[in-house]
Amino acid sequence: MPVINVDDLTDKDKALMEVNQLKIEVKLERWLTSKCCEEIKDYIQAGVDEDTLVKGISEEKNPFKEKGGCVVC
Amino acid sequence: MGEMEELRKEAESLKDQITAARKTVQDTTLQEAAAGITAVGRVQLKTRKTLRGHLAKIYAMHWGADSTLCVSASQDGKLIVWDSITTNKVNAIPLKSSWVMTCAYAPSGNLVACGGLDNMCSIYNLKGKDGNVKVMRELAAHTGYLSCCRFLSDTEIITSSGDCTCVLWDIETGTEKTIFAGHLGDCMSLAVSPDFKFFISGACDFTAKLWDIREAQCRQTFSGHESDINAIGFFPNGNAVITGSDDATCKLYDLRADQELNTYQDSSIMCGVTSLAPSVSGRLLLAGYDDFNVNIWDTLKSERVGVLAGHDNRVSCIGVSSDGMACCTGSWDSFLKIWN
Repeated sequence: MPVINVDDLTDKDKALMEVNQLKIEVKLERWLTSKCCEEIKDYIQAGVDEDTLVKGISEEKNPFKEKGGCVVC
Repeated sequence: MGEMEELRKEAESLKDQITAARKTVQDTTLQEAAAGITAVGRVQLKTRKTLRGHLAKIYAMHWGADSTLCVSASQDGKLIVWDSITTNKVNAIPLKSSWVMTCAYAPSGNLVACGGLDNMCSIYNLKGKDGNVKVMRELAAHTGYLSCCRFLSDTEIITSSGDCTCVLWDIETGTEKTIFAGHLGDCMSLAVSPDFKFFISGACDFTAKLWDIREAQCRQTFSGHESDINAIGFFPNGNAVITGSDDATCKLYDLRADQELNTYQDSSIMCGVTSLAPSVSGRLLLAGYDDFNVNIWDTLKSERVGVLAGHDNRVSCIGVSSDGMACCTGSWDSFLKIWN
């Protein structure tokens, strides 16, 4: 399969490609943004309590904890 | 000349129809919808580990699926596989070309890949029989630099290039299976959807495109940025896309609404975004900038909630491990840092 070299395309080729692509995209069925925002919120709420970067992690449970000094008992 | 004018008019008309269709479904903004949600509060992450060993600028890093190993690429001509917990170097792979711009870890953990100004994507087998890491394949066909690569499996990889195309490769035969053309500027970054059916690309034509891998088609195009898109990633549920641009902003686009839901910007931030990664729940967006910092954004409230300051040069790459336990940053200062 030959690689398409964008530099070789004429302005007309590019314009045609753009129109053909827009014809595909114009047909898309779009959801209401309210529904999409709800889904994003729900997804986040479901996972945020387990999200270490948001909630933090205790020193003992942290696999990346910095090495402590040695304690001689 | 008549034909060009007709095509231009047709394109404008279709774009107007798309703009109108997007407006029709825009019954709320994300900030409005999230108004009742408690703010996340100040996020202060600490450097837990510093991975030292590269001798020049780090351009890319990628976590392995086990959330412990990660690979980094530097223009010192090396790929290093690190154990992020012990900070040991598991492999130090010398490259034929030191002009590397990207690297990737296969989900299986068996392979890594890299590429750059050599226009090629080189695949390395980490699990070869004699223990030596060797080049397994050199995928050559792009006519521009390799900006990004991501494995679908041990047999398929997707690359993005300065030649404005992305390519799906068959690693075993070393040949192109599919060429994804449509961008009118250098492709700078790509990300694969969690279900491996789609990928998104960000380019210097200021747009992001969603591609159906098997149908070999561009499904959607997202505009709005005012400069090159350098970084791109999927929101963890796979239904939204996050982009980072030289216009100093990040944007969140929803795939089903086919439009932008949020822009992450601040008047005090005037430099380009180089890299980004969402936290595992999607609540935080970590983005690396040209001013040596990483800004942490609350994705719902659109506010900056933290800063990771610790590098002495541009943050070129960032990644959150798949279990969400840590974030890794790579910099032109030659160090990687692990934060949580």
